[in-house]
Amino acid sequence: MQISFTVNGTRQDMELDPRVTLLDALRDHLGLTGSKKGCDHGQCGACTVLVEGRRVNACLSLAAMHEGEEITTIEGIAQTSPDTAATLQQAMIDYDGMQCGYCTPGQVCSAVGMLSEAREGWPSHVTEDLDAPLELTRDELTERMSGNLCRCGCYPGIVKAIRTASEARTSDSEAA
Amino acid sequence: MSVQLKVDDRDTGEVTQNVLGRDTERRDARQKVTGRATYAAEIRPEGLVHGALVRAPGMGRVELANRAEVEAMPGVLMVLSDARMIRNAAQGAAGEAPVQGVETAAYVGQPVALVVAESFEAAAHAARTLTVTCEGASNEIDPEKVEIAEDDTDETAQGDLEAALREARHEIDRTYTTPSMHSAAMEPHAALAEWDGARLTVRASLQMLRYNRAEIADCLGIDTENVRLLSPFVGGGFGSKLGISAEAVAAALAARELGRPVRVVQHRRSVFEVNTRRSETTQRIRLGADAEGRLDAIGHEALVSNLPEEDFSEPVLQGTHFAYAARNRLLVQRTARIHRPAAGSVRAPGEAVGITAFEIAMDELADEVGIDPVELRLANIPEKDPESDVPFSSHMLAETLHDGAARFGWADRPRAARQRREGEWWIGSGMAACFRVNMMMPAEARVRLTADGAIVETDMTDIGTGSYSILGQIAAEALGLTAEGVEVRLGDTDFPPGSGSGGSFGAASTGTAVWLACAEIRTALAGRMDCEPGELTLREGTVQCGNRSRPLAELLNGETLTGHGEVEPGKAEDKVRQATFGACFAEVAVSDVTGETRLRRMVGSFAAGRILNPRTARSQAQGGMIWGTGMALTEALLHDRRDGHVVNRDLAEYHLPVHADIPEMDIALLEESDPWAGPLHAKGIGELGICGSGAAVINAIHNACGVRVRDLPATPDRVLGGLS
Ligand code: FES
Ligand code: FES
Repeated sequence: MQISFTVNGTRQDMELDPRVTLLDALRDHLGLTGSKKGCDHGQCGACTVLVEGRRVNACLSLAAMHEGEEITTIEGIAQTSPDTAATLQQAMIDYDGMQCGYCTPGQVCSAVGMLSEAREGWPSHVTEDLDAPLELTRDELTERMSGNLCRCGCYPGIVKAIRTASEARTSDSEAA
Repeated sequence: MSVQLKVDDRDTGEVTQNVLGRDTERRDARQKVTGRATYAAEIRPEGLVHGALVRAPGMGRVELANRAEVEAMPGVLMVLSDARMIRNAAQGAAGEAPVQGVETAAYVGQPVALVVAESFEAAAHAARTLTVTCEGASNEIDPEKVEIAEDDTDETAQGDLEAALREARHEIDRTYTTPSMHSAAMEPHAALAEWDGARLTVRASLQMLRYNRAEIADCLGIDTENVRLLSPFVGGGFGSKLGISAEAVAAALAARELGRPVRVVQHRRSVFEVNTRRSETTQRIRLGADAEGRLDAIGHEALVSNLPEEDFSEPVLQGTHFAYAARNRLLVQRTARIHRPAAGSVRAPGEAVGITAFEIAMDELADEVGIDPVELRLANIPEKDPESDVPFSSHMLAETLHDGAARFGWADRPRAARQRREGEWWIGSGMAACFRVNMMMPAEARVRLTADGAIVETDMTDIGTGSYSILGQIAAEALGLTAEGVEVRLGDTDFPPGSGSGGSFGAASTGTAVWLACAEIRTALAGRMDCEPGELTLREGTVQCGNRSRPLAELLNGETLTGHGEVEPGKAEDKVRQATFGACFAEVAVSDVTGETRLRRMVGSFAAGRILNPRTARSQAQGGMIWGTGMALTEALLHDRRDGHVVNRDLAEYHLPVHADIPEMDIALLEESDPWAGPLHAKGIGELGICGSGAAVINAIHNACGVRVRDLPATPDRVLGGLS
């Protein structure tokens, strides 16, 4: 079937088997292999991309469900959200928030999506007071990132990197 | 030409540390963080087709009932079931085919066919449509129920354990169990096979290419020279990619028959079945000690399992052989032959489970004797290897214990259990010592130097371990370059064979080969300068001998200097006992209501020879500590009690630690130099962190709430049962 959506600012028109997932469309049909396939079951987060700015497990979603939508992958994230993503990527390098690197693109995309959810005040399972302004404590942050597994065990570095990006972003908005 | 070294003796040389030993950015970090690192399944050659492995639903003779129907499905190109396909992944460093054949299934989940189709979707659909039946076998799957052959028993005895236990002032006799566990690397096993005449190229996700190449060649019955493997990036291995697995052989066979490139990625569920699990263990540990806690008797008997015909037996006692002194010792290892999926190496085979159980027993002994657990370890550090009596090459357990205790604030811990409470939570602390053998493997590397910089080439892999980074640093150090002045090319069997990644031997083995290759270049440069290599100083493009110096470019005169280094383990292995040591300290909170355990903080202090890059080494140690936490609290591969199949074969049910489970970790890598480890004086750090951290967590649970968990993992039900 005929499917079109925008990936990292470029419109893509594809003729796809309706069974093709968003993840396979990106990896196998568009050659954007930065999004990883760790489980194909929505259990690891390695395939996280942003659809209309929201994080989505691309393996759990059919390409056909995204007609006309705006998709951001690791390949384009530094352009689409320059302040957060670029700071985060640099901080990941500085804190060595990766080893094998297979979960890394998913961690980055997920963190960018998560930070905007937090900025909008979305509560999480560990949020005590649903009415108070949200403070992104370490517990809040790790709770919200727990859908992104890292078997290499890089969590502490990833968390530090996300905090760095989140603080940079906060001072950005204060300056503005 | 080549510079060769057999490590027979202490090294007396010195290594400068301008680039080496510095905290340096991971060489491939930027590629990884931007999605530009390319893994096995991520190339799309012209004409690519897709294969899906089909699993056996039972054991016994395999029948593909509706084969013709599946072959006729749209897009399907073939249903392959070939006698050369393999039963399970090859064991580490096998260098030959594992058990082959798919006409019978030895365990539930064994891949018995490959369906190849024009698209991934068509292949997956057809694979699900293929009806596989298995009959005629009812194999034993319970390790406790089979007779153990004499060949499958291994015993080391010294003195008289029973007598010593009778006379001991304090005695412990406990049985511990650990479940099957899995590497569960984030990148599923994948292969993309392509033939060019008689030559096969496989892009694969593998750890030890020099052996893997021979394994594939042996499976297919072709010359090793006709196989080229490419693994520039590997999305984690932890032992599960030491040997080739089912997808590589099946992809190669299908590609030959179809004359097209074939890609096979294992389904996440297959990953848990086909690629070796860590064996479950039952461990009886008996300790006898005097009034001060000094050990006089150590008994450690382990029962593990594997499929028939597999050489590997989880070496549970590996650490016990050298960890503590005691005159009377009995170490017995038994391997039950059963039909659960094959067992093999998973990060720190042996110590990961053996030291974990032993260090829980030591905590029980400390309680029994009434002394501090740190003091108990300090009182039992052997002066020499307790069994062979050879000296240790270096031994810094005491230093790591002191350092870790100080960082953690161990002195403030109440020794008795159930002393601290915050709301529903019991708070407690525990510790354990860490032990891991140190190994070296044969390795070769090539280095080429031009005026523009150096290029390092070896088939060594970087599975997240930092090989790209440290091999570059080693060459930079040896040739007076900056880290950026060196390019590192790995994961291609066209390059000289490195050690591969496994057993924490990669850095020291392949690193030494790179160092030797550089030594050959240095000798050539010294010749051109007319001086001894020892007098040579290389720095930022200048070559210096005494007070004479010349620009490197001028000396090279447009030529390339090539060095080839080759190292192999030698007599040093018999002259000294080499190991790495450490100490882990954990604080946990245990819910009195649910029995849930939360790790609140963890400290690790480690000694592993010279640390080549603190940043990547630290990540390795941290990864190990997190693995230990998983082993202590959540990880268990569960087997169906009737047919042994893996019940929880996915990432939702096999519980890896997640972000919310892991607090900040305080990690110290103590300064150490081991002259018996070759010219770099470096040992392995990739596995040490898992060899004790789990016990620290279990011991902390006891200190928190008084519940002693002896069957891992300490899931809430097990803890709750002990809380009253
Ligand atoms: S690949 Fe999508 S969540 Fe694992
Ligand atoms: S870096 Fe390997 S899984 Fe996260």
